[in-house]
Amino acid sequence: MQEWANQLCENRQFGSKMTDSKYFTTTKKGEIFELKAELNSDKKEKKKEAVKKVIASMTVGKDVSALFPDVVNCMQTDNLELKKLVYLYLMNYAKSQPDMAIMAVNTFVKDCEDPNPLIRALAVRTMGCIRVDKITEYLCEPLRKCLKDEDPYVRKTAAVCVAKLHDINAQLVEDQGFLDTLKDLISDSNPMVVANAVAALSEIAESHPNSNLLDLNPQTINKLLTALNECTEWGQIFILDCLANYTPRDDRESQSICERVTPRLSHANSAVVLSAVKVLMKFMEMLPKDLDYYGTLLKKLAPPLVTLLSAEPELQYVALRNINLIVQRRPEILKHEMKVFFVKYNDPIYVKLEKLDIMIRLASQANIAQVLAELKEYATEVDVDFVRKAVRAIGRCAIKVEQSAERCVSTLLDLIQTKVNYVVQEAIVVIKDIFRKYPNKYESVIATLCENLDSLDEPEARAAMIWIVGEYAERIDNADELLESFLEGFHDESTQVQLQLLTAIVKLFLKKPTETQELVQQVLSLATQDSDNPDLRDRGYIYWRLLSTDPVAAKEVVLAEKPLISEETDLIEPTLLEELICHIGTLASVYHKPPSAFVEGSRGVQHKRLPGSAGSGESVESPDTGSAAGVSEAPPAVIPSQGDLLGDLLNLDLTPPTTTGPPPPSSGMQMGAMDLLGGGLDSLMGDESEPLGGDLGGSPAMGAGFGAPPAAMPASFTAPVSGGLDDLFDLGGGVGMPMGAYSPPKTVWLPAMKAKGLEISGTFARRAGVIQMEMTLTNKAMSVMTDFAIQFNRNSFGLAPAGPLQVLTPLSPNQSIEVTLPLNTVGPVMKMEPLNNLQVAVKNNIDVFYFSCQYPISMLFVEDGKMERQVFLATWKDIPNDNESQFQIKDCHLNSDAASNKLQGSNIFTIAKRTVEGQDMLYQSMKLTNGIWVLAELRVQAGNPNYTISLKCRAPEVSQCVFQSYEAVLKN
Amino acid sequence: MIHSLFLINHTGDIFLEKHWKSVISRSVCDYFFEAKEKAVDPENVPPVLQTPHHYLITIYRGKLFFLSVIQTEVPPLFVIEFLHRVADTFQDYFGECSEVIIKDNVVTVYELLEEMLDNGFPLATESNVLKEMIRPPTILRSVVNTLTGSSNVGDTLPTGQLSNIPWRRAGVKYTNNEAYFDVIEEIDAILDKSGTTVFAEIQGVIEACVRLTGMPDLTLSFMNPRLLDDVSFHPCVRFKRWESERVLSFIPPDGNFTLMTYHVSSQNLVAIPVYVKQNISFFETGNCGRLDITIGPKQTMGKTVEGLMVTVHMPKAVLSTNLTASQGNYTYDLATKVLVWDVGKLNPQKLPNLRGSLSMQAGAPKPEENPSLNIDLKIQQLAISGLKVSRLDMYGEKYKPFKGVKYVTKAGKFQVRT
Repeated sequence: MQEWANQLCENRQFGSKMTDSKYFTTTKKGEIFELKAELNSDKKEKKKEAVKKVIASMTVGKDVSALFPDVVNCMQTDNLELKKLVYLYLMNYAKSQPDMAIMAVNTFVKDCEDPNPLIRALAVRTMGCIRVDKITEYLCEPLRKCLKDEDPYVRKTAAVCVAKLHDINAQLVEDQGFLDTLKDLISDSNPMVVANAVAALSEIAESHPNSNLLDLNPQTINKLLTALNECTEWGQIFILDCLANYTPRDDRESQSICERVTPRLSHANSAVVLSAVKVLMKFMEMLPKDLDYYGTLLKKLAPPLVTLLSAEPELQYVALRNINLIVQRRPEILKHEMKVFFVKYNDPIYVKLEKLDIMIRLASQANIAQVLAELKEYATEVDVDFVRKAVRAIGRCAIKVEQSAERCVSTLLDLIQTKVNYVVQEAIVVIKDIFRKYPNKYESVIATLCENLDSLDEPEARAAMIWIVGEYAERIDNADELLESFLEGFHDESTQVQLQLLTAIVKLFLKKPTETQELVQQVLSLATQDSDNPDLRDRGYIYWRLLSTDPVAAKEVVLAEKPLISEETDLIEPTLLEELICHIGTLASVYHKPPSAFVEGSRGVQHKRLPGSAGSGESVESPDTGSAAGVSEAPPAVIPSQGDLLGDLLNLDLTPPTTTGPPPPSSGMQMGAMDLLGGGLDSLMGDESEPLGGDLGGSPAMGAGFGAPPAAMPASFTAPVSGGLDDLFDLGGGVGMPMGAYSPPKTVWLPAMKAKGLEISGTFARRAGVIQMEMTLTNKAMSVMTDFAIQFNRNSFGLAPAGPLQVLTPLSPNQSIEVTLPLNTVGPVMKMEPLNNLQVAVKNNIDVFYFSCQYPISMLFVEDGKMERQVFLATWKDIPNDNESQFQIKDCHLNSDAASNKLQGSNIFTIAKRTVEGQDMLYQSMKLTNGIWVLAELRVQAGNPNYTISLKCRAPEVSQCVFQSYEAVLKN
Repeated sequence: MIHSLFLINHTGDIFLEKHWKSVISRSVCDYFFEAKEKAVDPENVPPVLQTPHHYLITIYRGKLFFLSVIQTEVPPLFVIEFLHRVADTFQDYFGECSEVIIKDNVVTVYELLEEMLDNGFPLATESNVLKEMIRPPTILRSVVNTLTGSSNVGDTLPTGQLSNIPWRRAGVKYTNNEAYFDVIEEIDAILDKSGTTVFAEIQGVIEACVRLTGMPDLTLSFMNPRLLDDVSFHPCVRFKRWESERVLSFIPPDGNFTLMTYHVSSQNLVAIPVYVKQNISFFETGNCGRLDITIGPKQTMGKTVEGLMVTVHMPKAVLSTNLTASQGNYTYDLATKVLVWDVGKLNPQKLPNLRGSLSMQAGAPKPEENPSLNIDLKIQQLAISGLKVSRLDMYGEKYKPFKGVKYVTKAGKFQVRT
């Protein structure tokens, strides 16, 4: 204290360094003690200085909570600065000292009545920040008054306070009717109040997706648009974001809103600009394209977007991510603005990479020369990541703009000549893609590529090179030598390279069978016998079996003509793009993921969709093609980037999935089962299969294989065989589990007309602890289908295929096959709406098809879902009553025992039964694959076909699905 | 909305934190430090980071990171704009925005932050409004405050907060009434090896300094408003008038503010004031290279080019330089490998030239990349786009103000590739 006083004197003497840094100087022991004494000093001045010191310590993260009572004592003062400082302190520490915080309540309540509106507002604002339940109770009355205060400054502060209170205690806010008051404030006379009310409601609505809080109708829209012109820039953002959620009734309303929003495009605040762009992009969908105004609007959108790029780099980054979406949806807006995306060498790297992406999106025949010149420039820059991306971009240009392909290839060759290692590798990877897009056109460069074989050290480049050698084996004289050189270090290669090498050598063998027999045997044995990787092993077996069974068929399969890759790579999938356009300016737009995928706390965010075009002039669209068709006449085929949801599907041949997760139970057993089945097959396999078959036959894997569920069944070699097998296993299943789990009947998931002739119907089942997807694939097209593969989108429970889709023979026209796909639950998780929705992509040689289906959640009930009685009781009590939901099951004529039995088959376990006044109460538990427990009370009254079920779960969102499963199980 | 703010200096110390909702542990910044480590240069740290429970949005200004933590879906631009506004406010209040000055004024900073954001919603961000509530520190005031015990927090309701013109405070009085406008244009350009323009555009801004008594209503008109098709305005500008008559009509904020920014796009021809002849080459053997740069005037509209400066980021292998400048001085920073040639005024009769040899690290391979040249320059009394203010009228007040318009053209991101 002495030191502090001294210093103060010193400061006074010199009168110069009167800054707050002095508050940082006392860091000695006993500091708290000294401050305490000062806070209790009689002198006002000393008190204030002391509070300032406390605040200073707080800002740097020191714990000064021990001073709570002393600081609160200083609160009753008429000095506004001191009051504010004490309030600052209170907000920080009230949570840790709730009992003490109560002491402050009276002062707050008194301040809320103060004649000075500044103090009223300050008090209500601070009270809302004190997150202590006891205090919030006292807050209600003052808040109610402040919401109706005569002074708009107080009202707008109070509006935000409702959002704060909601965050602390949502129920209280609803009970007290604050939400309605808040809704009334949307019609307030003061635009600032309107803006804050909208902001508060939007925040509250985010945690209540279905609450319909912001019920927008033409009247409220009109009020919002009026307030939009007069409120602060931040208020404008809130209002614009709120407007974007509105769906206009017709194109006329849409146009009038657009007209009133366009002036915002000239705002200095870039967030306002981008929110306005969002509203316009969304409402534009409804305008008929032949309207003059539509063209005017398109023109108006370009300049503000360009202007965003001259802002600070952080703003540029967000703007670029959004522009990336906008140019995919409406490339015409920025098609003349290519040059603003040219990279400056002192741009931050994150801006450079984004600019590059957009340059490619905008590349067209008209500007390709400029773009290529730029890209070549970038390829000699310093930053490795950027150089790589630039080289890749050249390849993408070649694929996108056919006329430029030749120039791109020669540019790439120039770059290869530089011998800079990473440039060469990138170039080879993209040349592979160019080969696929333009087969038989640029193969003259292969010789140059082969020169660089030794310098390749990255798996992707090696795999690409191997693919090229395999694909063009007949034109490369020493292809066998080249591939053999790779084979030496086979086990040190990454899976990607190994798989590619295997395929390439098989291709080579099929092309030059005479000289390469030894090589192919070597690689097959390396893949099947010495490798632990199930993918590699399976592929090895498949090739082996194919080659030995029917080399002609093998040739047809392995050397089949590949589908051309489409021109634009990594476009965002159209439905996702539509959703993201609705989220322009948000985090979702930065990450290019739907908000449901990552925003925490946004429980069940609703997927937004663009409004359909009103287009009265062009309305011959069928209803199910919906809005998408209205806008993009020919939706481009999509190749998502690697690592993306479907990346692996299309690249199956090039970059096979590298997951080395749990090996699918199929591999060992598959061969075993094969051998069992077909003595005939053995002979077909010839010599090579002998060691193989013998090896497997003796292995325990096979014995175990039979006990294992039919999940492991290979889908089929030929349809009839597989049918027979299924029968066999159905029988086995019947013996093992008398009460088979409920499995709904197959339904058509993908109608043939939507999938170029492929019809898929299917269902889900749980057999002996394994979740299965059972599908019937029917070819209703005129041509043969091959190369089936399947992939799931991320889903609520992480369902993922446990193995590849086993359709090994081509599916000829009018043929159907049954496929059973075992699933696991270790895939990536993303919450879906509804919860049990599963989005699936199936690929074949024709195209990729998407469909979604819903699985019964009972499939996810695990076998050890029976809870101990005591635990059940405790858990039931422990889960808050809010989480309980009640349902009625109608028209069910089982008695309680039968119901219990039936449910047990689906892993819903009855723990106890109680009979009260002729009513049976079954207490049941089940556990989901992700460890969520669901507790149930099922009430069955004799003679009454209606059951009542109460479900309790810590994750109440599953209740609805669980109820549906109950209903399905009980009624079947 | 915005949950918390951390201020971090470039060495990675958190020296201030502010929470608007519940307190978030500063350990959340570890994700940022990780990204910072990875990015090497502070400029390259990605501005939006995802962590398991939060999002971190960062800006880098004046060697400081302003890191905000958010938990729900918030428009990132909104956050970034706000953070820049915070930095602007510090600059405005304290004259600069640095760690030292923020620590010196930590209590004011804290009060400001509390006033600027409530529960994550922006409250008052206009400097006029803030200054009415929290007075900026001056040496005199802090001495007076210390002696008399009065505070620097205003106790009246800021008038601007509720009126339809929140940017202007009421009751402004000056003895000298004056209004100055600076038209500043920056040329962003990329020239290629041969001197052809790859890309060029003009970023213009009109900065105003208006000290006028009462509630003046100003109208600023241009000789050639057609040049401006891409503009953003200060909220005070009446957009309708601009759309219909192409004049700027506004009630100005008090003091300094940015009236408008504009952008003359690459579609129009942009005049390039200088040309650069350069040759930087490295020899395959002998570990040396040559450099020869000459600068001459091109389209200067008869004005003098001043403040000419050339900056070259040399490849890492360049150890030292041995050059002669016919005009001005040059320095080569060994640590950052930056060559700066400060030329000064461009004399069209005697063109400045810099030439000589570069010596390289022994054994280093010939550098792959070609260094780019960055040019700085300044031309007084010229707006390179040709924009001209024709008149300024004042309505609503009776006195006669002093009026003035200044023009200046500068190089923005002006690069020459080699």
